[in-house]
Amino acid sequence: MSAPDTFLVLGAVVTLLGAARLLTTRDHLRQIIALNVAGAGTLLVLVALGSEGTGTADPVLQALALTGIVITVAVTGLALVLVRRVDAAAADADADGDGDGHG
Amino acid sequence: MADLLLLPVLLPLAGAVATAVLPWRRTVGLTVAAAQLGFAVAAVVAVLRDGPLRGSPGGWEPPLGIALRLDGLGAAVGLLAAVVVLAVLGHAVARPAAAGGPSAWPLTLVTVAGLQAVLVSGDLFTTYVALELMTVGAVGLVALGGRRALAPALRYLCVAVLGSFAFLVAVALVHARTGTLTLELAAGALPPGPALGTVLALATVGLGVKAVLAPLHAWLPDAHAAAPTTVSPLLSALVVKGSLVVLVRLWSALGGHAGLAVVLAVLGSGAVLWGGVLALRQDRLKRLVAYSTVAQVGYLVLLLPLALPALDPAAPDGARTGALLAWEGALLLLLAHGLAKAALFLAAGTLVGVAGGDRVADLAGTATRAPMVVLTFGVAGACLAGLPPSLGFTGKWRMLEGAVTSGAWWAVAVLLVGGLLTASATARVLGVALRPDPDPAAARRGVPAGARWPALTLAVLAVGTGVGSAWLVDLLLVGAVPAG
Amino acid sequence: MTTTTWLPVLVLASSLVPAVAIFLLPEDRHRTRTTLNLAGALAKVGLVVALIPPVLAGRRFEWRVPFLPEVDLVLRVEPFGLLFLGLSAFLWLLTTVYAIGYLRTDGRHRSRFFGFFSLCVVASSGIALSGNLVTFVVFYELLTLATYPLVAHQQTAAALRGARVYLTYTLGGGVALLLGAVWLTALAGPVEFARGGSPAVAALAAEQPGAARAALALLLVGLAVKAALVPLHGWLPRAMVAPAPVSALLHAVAVVKAGVFGVVLVVDELAGVEVAADLGLLGPLLVVACATILWGSVRALRQDGLKARLAYSTVAQVAYVTLGVALLSPVATVGGVVHVVHQGLMKITLFFCAGLLAQTLGATRVSELAGAGRRMPLTCAAFTVGALGMIGLPPVAGFVSKWYLGLGAVDTGQPWVLVVLVVSSLLNAAYFLPVVGRMWWGRPGSTSRSGTRARWEAPPALLVPALVTAGCSLLAAVAAGVPLAPLSMAWLIVQGG
Repeated sequence: MSAPDTFLVLGAVVTLLGAARLLTTRDHLRQIIALNVAGAGTLLVLVALGSEGTGTADPVLQALALTGIVITVAVTGLALVLVRRVDAAAADADADGDGDGHG
Repeated sequence: MADLLLLPVLLPLAGAVATAVLPWRRTVGLTVAAAQLGFAVAAVVAVLRDGPLRGSPGGWEPPLGIALRLDGLGAAVGLLAAVVVLAVLGHAVARPAAAGGPSAWPLTLVTVAGLQAVLVSGDLFTTYVALELMTVGAVGLVALGGRRALAPALRYLCVAVLGSFAFLVAVALVHARTGTLTLELAAGALPPGPALGTVLALATVGLGVKAVLAPLHAWLPDAHAAAPTTVSPLLSALVVKGSLVVLVRLWSALGGHAGLAVVLAVLGSGAVLWGGVLALRQDRLKRLVAYSTVAQVGYLVLLLPLALPALDPAAPDGARTGALLAWEGALLLLLAHGLAKAALFLAAGTLVGVAGGDRVADLAGTATRAPMVVLTFGVAGACLAGLPPSLGFTGKWRMLEGAVTSGAWWAVAVLLVGGLLTASATARVLGVALRPDPDPAAARRGVPAGARWPALTLAVLAVGTGVGSAWLVDLLLVGAVPAG
Repeated sequence: MTTTTWLPVLVLASSLVPAVAIFLLPEDRHRTRTTLNLAGALAKVGLVVALIPPVLAGRRFEWRVPFLPEVDLVLRVEPFGLLFLGLSAFLWLLTTVYAIGYLRTDGRHRSRFFGFFSLCVVASSGIALSGNLVTFVVFYELLTLATYPLVAHQQTAAALRGARVYLTYTLGGGVALLLGAVWLTALAGPVEFARGGSPAVAALAAEQPGAARAALALLLVGLAVKAALVPLHGWLPRAMVAPAPVSALLHAVAVVKAGVFGVVLVVDELAGVEVAADLGLLGPLLVVACATILWGSVRALRQDGLKARLAYSTVAQVAYVTLGVALLSPVATVGGVVHVVHQGLMKITLFFCAGLLAQTLGATRVSELAGAGRRMPLTCAAFTVGALGMIGLPPVAGFVSKWYLGLGAVDTGQPWVLVVLVVSSLLNAAYFLPVVGRMWWGRPGSTSRSGTRARWEAPPALLVPALVTAGCSLLAAVAAGVPLAPLSMAWLIVQGG
């Protein structure tokens, strides 16, 4: 097995593990970490695909991977904000004693 | 023609910034929405006249630059989006409480910009970025629903991003195998085989998550139940359509995959039947409407297996004819669903306000208090159920014709039973709304006229455009692979 | 000679425009609403009258618009359609007058009522004018949607239940109709109605008899629901909860008539009688029609509610039309076609009267009608004319229909159908004569409420329509041979003109 193929398989495994954890856990913070693990796996797959065959890196796929990183960071930020809001709302609900609320 | 491709993306983005920082949100928002409608009409006219519009902004040609391409399907969905957004913003102006606060304006415009970018992007990488933009906007919209909406919003975000990863790998694989990201150039360059199967499977899963294809729909009903009235139409009528458009384009460009088509046939049929039954069994009005979206997405996904022979030049003529009919029908249904579902959600949100509760049982007496809104609900529901002369009817007729022609009797059964389930769900709501008011003396808030008209207009359009289906089919086939 | 014009669209617009305008009208604008209603109804009658001479002279008016690629919406004025159109235009005018009077006392949601009422007429006009199968399906389903709010109008639990049953039956039938229509279109292209049957369907029947039989049978099953053929008639008696003008509309003008009109179209103008017979569709249709005639009459015998009795009577009477089509004889077809008009005139008379009796005397049951003739002689006279016509006694219109049906039965060598007709007439007599007898000669007793209110006859807005339709029922028989009488039109339709 050549090096790119190894990374391809590795990336796929990491992605699947991250996805599985994301879908099974109910803890919000774990979900976000799992999402990032899956993201890392995905980017690994991208880079591996980019260096298949010739051995030299494919610039377009590297650009894809870079954009993927940027988007993942942004999305993680958004997710963290949502988690904070969820926790705050849960705390409020505990304090109020009811689960009802409208924005 | 680059203006008609770029302006509908850039204008709402500028509008989003403006509505976020300037105090005149309504004026800016409505102006942008009206301009979008103008662009959309101009784009439809141009596409009908000249064929697909193409452009590469900044003069950078692919592979370095961005390829833009607007086909008939994209122009039609763009027009749908412009109409729905204008109606939704009109509703928001008349009932500010239904919009979910001032952040609704920029978030709506960001989502619209994302959808427009999806529609005009001619290469897969731009599509990926555009889908992310649309998703982020949509997640923000869901989160506007307050406490109960935050968890569904987070869930939506995680699942949608996971879907994006799958789509991204598919995109990378296309580039690794064909050396191009432009969909038109990649078409035909990828021979049938495991690579094509992997690309389509990954893309289908990734886009299916965003398009709430069952069984990937779990986040949707919770999100809709908590979302403000004006958010649900945007999600259900537009965001879902963006992913479906990409899915349809990808399949038709790359030629489809027989094995995957069987899986999609099963999933689509299951979604139609299961979503229909679940809709019928919901106690809460908005969840009922949300599950009906799951069912409707099932119809649209059935397009892919039914239309498969149309993508294969070697297929026998009879099969190709049937497949093309199903193709036309399903895309008509896509437009019908966009109009009718937006009307249905606006009407449902208004009815919840009139009834004072979101249970179906709370609706008793609303036919007396808000007859126009109940009428809107009924008309939109009839369109979704595929009753004539609506666009839902012509779409279903065409799809049935295609299924009968290609001998796909399983699809005929699914379509007919699905229609009956939708009709039953609508009739159930109407039956309760027509019940006598349990407390006629109670003081109630009326519905402002401005909040009634947008939804009714959408419903009437959904019915009226059915008569112009021949013209819409012409538009939808511009630049589509099966037409050539 | 076919002329392309906007005339058929104008016919639809004459009720569509009032429908839309009325929906938008505030509830308390009674005068404007009445004006709109009457103007629309009068305009429609005027248009139909203007269409009669050229159509009789052999001209055909057509309007088509692309609906889907290769599939057009076609509106065409043909003699048979014009007969149905004329009937519905004329009866709509009278029913509108009646409904305005009827709802004066119980006047909630009048905008909704009259809006959907007009929409019903749009749908039945569209059915009458449809030139191909797709157009027929579109208007047929529109009729279902437009009548649902009318059946549910009173919004009581019973009304909502009746409306739900109605919707269940008709939407179910709609599925069969849709599937049949799509199947036929997929196999034979967008088939148009034509005298003696569509050539495309005939070709299909020769090539693939199995598929043609199945598709046409699906169409007939779908139509049988609205035509209230046993065993798909269950919705009709339950829809009786609707207000009297709606019942009149359902039974005489729109829904049930749309069903049988469709049956006639499918057999005579889509498949063609010979093709339908070759495919073996007419035999079962004949049996179902006869069964419906007898079963409806037997059930009517046992109903105490006047409207329920009339409803089962409709089940039986409308099946005469199907019977006329199913018998392979031009004479019988004449009987069936003319019964479309005759049954409409007589049944609407009966329902008008039932509504009058219920409103004026509070009598909704047969047992409460004793002595009603003394209080309301004109109403009861009109009722008597309708009832005698239903039995088939001369000189009322029903006699003419039954006479031709009987002739047709003998003509085709199926005398057992004659037995069905005789038995049915005896049963009709058995459930109508006691009602009539009680009205005129019964003594107001403890079960009768006719002595409770001191009032003589109903207001003219309600009475005049009933008298007019009763008069027409007599006229249609007495002057059956006159050129524009229903019978002459029926001959013209069957023989081609």
